[in-house]
Amino acid sequence: MTNDDIKVAFLEELIKVAPDIDPADVGGNDQLQDDLELDSMDFLTLVTALHKRLGVNIPEEHYLRIETLDKAVAYLSERMA
Amino acid sequence: MGVFKMPSLGADMEDGKLVEWLVEPGDTVKRGDVVAVVETQKGAIEIEIFEDGVVERIDAALGATLPVGAPLAVIRREGEPEAVAPADVREPEPAPVTKPAKPVATPPSVVTEAGEFPASPAARAQAAELGLDLSGLKGTGPAGAVVLADVERAGEGARKPAKQGLDFAAMRDAIAAAMTRSKQEIPHYYLDHDIDLQAAEDWRRARNADCAPADRILMGALLVKAAALAAVNVKGMNGQYRDRFEPSETVNAGMAVALRGGGLIAPAIMDAAGLSLDQLMEAMRDLVARSRAGRLKGSEMTEGTITISSLGETGVDGMTGVIYPPQVALVAFGTPRPVPRVVGAAVVPRTCVRVTLSADHRVSDGRRGAKFLKQIDTLLQRPEEL
Repeated sequence: MTNDDIKVAFLEELIKVAPDIDPADVGGNDQLQDDLELDSMDFLTLVTALHKRLGVNIPEEHYLRIETLDKAVAYLSERMA
Repeated sequence: MGVFKMPSLGADMEDGKLVEWLVEPGDTVKRGDVVAVVETQKGAIEIEIFEDGVVERIDAALGATLPVGAPLAVIRREGEPEAVAPADVREPEPAPVTKPAKPVATPPSVVTEAGEFPASPAARAQAAELGLDLSGLKGTGPAGAVVLADVERAGEGARKPAKQGLDFAAMRDAIAAAMTRSKQEIPHYYLDHDIDLQAAEDWRRARNADCAPADRILMGALLVKAAALAAVNVKGMNGQYRDRFEPSETVNAGMAVALRGGGLIAPAIMDAAGLSLDQLMEAMRDLVARSRAGRLKGSEMTEGTITISSLGETGVDGMTGVIYPPQVALVAFGTPRPVPRVVGAAVVPRTCVRVTLSADHRVSDGRRGAKFLKQIDTLLQRPEEL
């Protein structure tokens, strides 16, 4: 999976959790919780969806490593390598 | 025969727009079945029927905006004979179906009422529909009045109404009305308490470490469970106040969900004290998702008996909330954070949370409120028993 594929997958799952976000508005450095206003439950739902879709089980200690789109793509690609 | 009426889905609701029927004449319905969808200031709400029977007749047409109490359908109870002659004989007439309730559109017309701008009724209705502010439009009608064509022209480029039929301006009005009423009618008192959450946090982390994401639990679930259990044990916190306090046996915990774009909705988790932590997580996940999608049930909007609000993991230390009428208490948990705390004779870093109770002096006083908060504290020290 290329980084672009991961990015697409991440954004698709993000939009499922937060249907009122326009993917075109998501900046690479936007904080999911502070900028995009995901709450703790939304965040966990996203982590659950990524686990199901990409097979990556993200432990709680690693949550900070997916706090933005760019960080998440880097992290996921590392875990999937 | 029972008449199924437009329900009141909140103290401030005056009318609702019928947007979907999920039953048709002849269908058998059971108490609690969702039979229709009504659009309100709080978004689309699924409304449930309150008796068993068979749908005899549908009285309200789709798209109609109807006041609370307007007849929507007739339900024949079990054992009752089918409606005889009088009702059916004049079948050819398009039934009493569309009494286009009132001058059809008094849509939640927040913006249009604001000023004295001359505008045609059609223009006002359309502007409300599109969420346009009439004062910002140039009128081409008589004496500069805004007419429908002006609104339509402006509407072409204007923002679409928010997704899922959520009208944030209308929702803001609804929140303002409910909170104003609360502050006018309820003599609030407030209590603060700092709870050492280290035991709960350690337990939760250890438990989650071995879990797939789907099975993890959030601190929010522990907080809701502890507060719900305490509300069962300490009287005067759980119930609704209508003329007098009506305590509730079950704890239907209103959970405040903040919506992007502004707005807040507080649907209830039914019988929160009776759910295991896993069930509670599932219920919370489901409620958050349906709040975002604008698909809550009428009972969830009206049967809350206490509100338990949690500021999440990246918020601030605490919040002094406003009670959501007709409830009599609101518990607000701040964001858990590490603080220096005296344990024994030493100062050590501990994860703590501030909990603030807003309660109703018509029903309880500070001593009882303190007992309630202390009980939440005690319960959180034994997270494995929650």
